[in-house]
Amino acid sequence: MTREAYHKALKDVQDEVLRMADKVGKALKDSIEALKQRDLETSKRIIREDIIINRMRFDIEDKCLLLIATQQPMAVDLRILAAVINIITDLERIGDHAEGIAKINIAIGEDSLVKPLVDIPRMGEKGLSMLERCMKAFVDKDIESARQICNEDDEVDALYDQIYRELLLIMIENPRTIQGATYLIWTAHNLERTADRVTNIAERIVFMVTGKMEEMNVSKY
Amino acid sequence: MAFKIKEVSAFYGGKQAVKNVSLAIQARSVTAIIGPSGCGKSTFIRCLNRMNDLVPQFRLEGEILYNGTNIYSRDLDITEVRRRIGMVFQKPNPFPKSIYENAAYGLRIQGISKKGTLDKVVEESLKKAALWEEVRDRLHASALALSGGQQQRLCIARAIATQPEVILFDEPCSALDPIATAKVEDLITALKKEYTVIIVTHNMQQAARVSDVTGFFMMGELIEFDITQKIFTAPSNKLTEDYITGRFG
Repeated sequence: MTREAYHKALKDVQDEVLRMADKVGKALKDSIEALKQRDLETSKRIIREDIIINRMRFDIEDKCLLLIATQQPMAVDLRILAAVINIITDLERIGDHAEGIAKINIAIGEDSLVKPLVDIPRMGEKGLSMLERCMKAFVDKDIESARQICNEDDEVDALYDQIYRELLLIMIENPRTIQGATYLIWTAHNLERTADRVTNIAERIVFMVTGKMEEMNVSKY
Repeated sequence: MAFKIKEVSAFYGGKQAVKNVSLAIQARSVTAIIGPSGCGKSTFIRCLNRMNDLVPQFRLEGEILYNGTNIYSRDLDITEVRRRIGMVFQKPNPFPKSIYENAAYGLRIQGISKKGTLDKVVEESLKKAALWEEVRDRLHASALALSGGQQQRLCIARAIATQPEVILFDEPCSALDPIATAKVEDLITALKKEYTVIIVTHNMQQAARVSDVTGFFMMGELIEFDITQKIFTAPSNKLTEDYITGRFG
């Protein structure tokens, strides 16, 4: 009763999740870089291409449902598919956060930023690094690494607090910066949520491997 | 606990089919036994009502306690054991008699011939086997004229008629179409309110659907025995996982 075609299809689904994660990671990286460089064209492209990420999510979901309906997966296979359906939802939302940052860049338009970007790119790098290592943990079924990634969400939250405080002071000092500072707070918020979504993915990886649902890091936001 | 099975090994001559199996089966629950062909699951279930006694050179070691009594003890009446622990087989095997006589068979061989009693038991067992509505107008027609699914439910009615406490099912749906299978599965779920059900099945989805507890056998050994939900979502043993995900078998 070995089922080669089925196991290949199951592996293909996981490979597609990795491709989707790559695409999402790139959108996120580009969105921060575009904000830094004030590159509106790149931001427009990110917004246009978000639809590709959304479509990837539905394609993968369709494949999962088809495998469930036709192959009656069980045990680890069933957990992989249940995890994948959740993981792609979080990846798609991270794509939306990248799109959100791109929209902010366009909204700022030709105006200059109210402060040089230091901690926002740092938040972005941290989130991206968490995402990349999370997807590696997904491939390696590495629960230790997944747990570690969840703990790192606190660092992102701390950076968010710092950015928020800093921008609040700027707004108090000069109310004319309120609009520009608010844009940057929204950007930081998108990045803070990105890290939360990576944490969700890490939780699903732990479930996929152990069969146990654990809430590993409750975000303070 | 209905059954306490202690270190049971079963042999056909020199060949050991079941190896040192211990487990406990709760009353009024459905226990599924799964495993690849030749893993000893049918031999095991047939030990539970001494059906293997009929096989030449069969030998059993260990103890099978049913409600605290060793069913292999010499002073036990084997007919009484099989009355209390009934069995339904893979292929529907109604007797070439009428539907009524099939359902009444067990009582007749117990010497019961009063029409009123037989009528009542036949009706009750056919109702419990979810067959009554389909056959009430033709009770005296041949059982062999029924469809495969109806024949299997008639066999279940025949097993129920002698008022057993346990019903053993050995691959009860493997000769049935999906609709008849669904009916028998519904019936198994309904039966557990009154009976202890133990089912051997090749169909893992069936085990997952109908049972409360599942045992996985391989090469005569009981590899894992746990609640069904756990076996099919997160089994503890790698061998169980590999089998139910189709990586071998």
